[in-house]
Amino acid sequence: MIGIVGYGSYVPMYRIKSSTIAKQWGSDPAAIEKGLMLIEKTVPYFDEDTITISVAAAKNALLRAQIDPQRIGAVYIGSESHPYAVKPSGTVLIDALGIGPHVHVADFEFACKAGTEAMYVAYSHVKSGEMEFAMGIGSDTSQGAPGDALEYSASAGGSAFIFGKENVVAEVLFTHSFTSDTADFWRREYQTYPRHGGRFTGEPAYFKHILGCGRALLEKSGMKPEEFQFAVFHMPNGRFPLKVGKDLGFKQEQMSEGWIVNIMGNTYSGSSITGLTAILDVAKPGDKIFLVSFGSGAGSDGFIFQVTERINEVRDLAPKTREMLNNPNKIYLDYGQYAAIRKKIHFNEY
Amino acid sequence: MAISQRYTREIPHRYRLEAQKFPSGFVSLPRRYVDPISGSREFEKIRLSGKGTILSYTIIYVSADQFKLLTPYAVAVIETDEGARVTAMMTDTNFEDLKIGARVEFVFRKIMEEGASGIINYGYKAKIIK
Repeated sequence: MIGIVGYGSYVPMYRIKSSTIAKQWGSDPAAIEKGLMLIEKTVPYFDEDTITISVAAAKNALLRAQIDPQRIGAVYIGSESHPYAVKPSGTVLIDALGIGPHVHVADFEFACKAGTEAMYVAYSHVKSGEMEFAMGIGSDTSQGAPGDALEYSASAGGSAFIFGKENVVAEVLFTHSFTSDTADFWRREYQTYPRHGGRFTGEPAYFKHILGCGRALLEKSGMKPEEFQFAVFHMPNGRFPLKVGKDLGFKQEQMSEGWIVNIMGNTYSGSSITGLTAILDVAKPGDKIFLVSFGSGAGSDGFIFQVTERINEVRDLAPKTREMLNNPNKIYLDYGQYAAIRKKIHFNEY
Repeated sequence: MAISQRYTREIPHRYRLEAQKFPSGFVSLPRRYVDPISGSREFEKIRLSGKGTILSYTIIYVSADQFKLLTPYAVAVIETDEGARVTAMMTDTNFEDLKIGARVEFVFRKIMEEGASGIINYGYKAKIIK
């Protein structure tokens, strides 16, 4: 049996409400909360970035996997906000966690699906027998231009998954990928904020790829939507994942546990997979989980997992995702504080 | 300005809290050559658990330039559970929770950037455990 042997997430403590952003730009807060179904989003503090978020999530995954970090043969971090243009994020992570130096490390980028991409490759190494354990991580401190629709959703957080053959928590039953060249959303080199095609990000991009991947995954597995206890999809806003799930034949109650976007925002490479950790936090042995990510540019990775008895032994070994999202100590920012923390205003260089 | 060579040398203690335990029982983070109690140069390498207690703290309102955006922030002297005394910046902490005797855990954070084109320095900070 091959699958996830340890999982972990990390969510920063800071938040900004959609209504705070709406007021800044003269938009109707109720329309944003209802239209995009977004109440608030996570914000990384000055001292947090993709590397620190990945380290915190991976530490939680190691706590649940209960393995010697030295046994991990590969570490991949998927993100579209790697702190360096040239210098890997993964090297910092392995030295922070005591993994390696005999380890294969790479940073991935594929807009919002870089996390599932990292998981896909990590899983394949274990499946091929090349490695005992391999880790795939998706994390982001997502960018959204001031006043752009993305600003309501672009948030921060991430999740890490260790794949292996022993003590599997969630077995990987099937995978599928669906990719095409679609210019729905992009960010050129040296640009601070991404650009997107507005409505073009919907039907020809998000829906086409998730439906293409999801339908193929159902066909490949021979399973029907009603056989799954949980389903989770990439969450660029509240509405899209619920609609795409419905189009595939899933019901609201199968999607509600992994649908964390209303209180987290869109964590880009960490989006659907942090929804997966929220599901694993409550899933029972035998439960089946359907996951399809989406990354602009564009592509989708799909996974079908089946939860094992081991889940009951590991879930309490690290903080749970919804507990972090509902942290009673979370700190709300006004727009000025948010603009400063996200460096949306220019400072003197010291 | 720290240079990348020095930063790389400090990775074991800044990233992984690798400390020294001398025969006298003295625990040091960061690394030192001689035990201040016995004068011994022998030591055992240990990795700190990342938990500790605040012995003292202060709040910085006027900082060095590279920490200006963080002000006001707290700096605490922390005794780790293994007995090492460490000075660390606090993060994710409400000042009303800062108390002598408060329990803390170390977290991995960005400490500073060496300008817009220099390296990014990572290491430990501490946060209150509630």
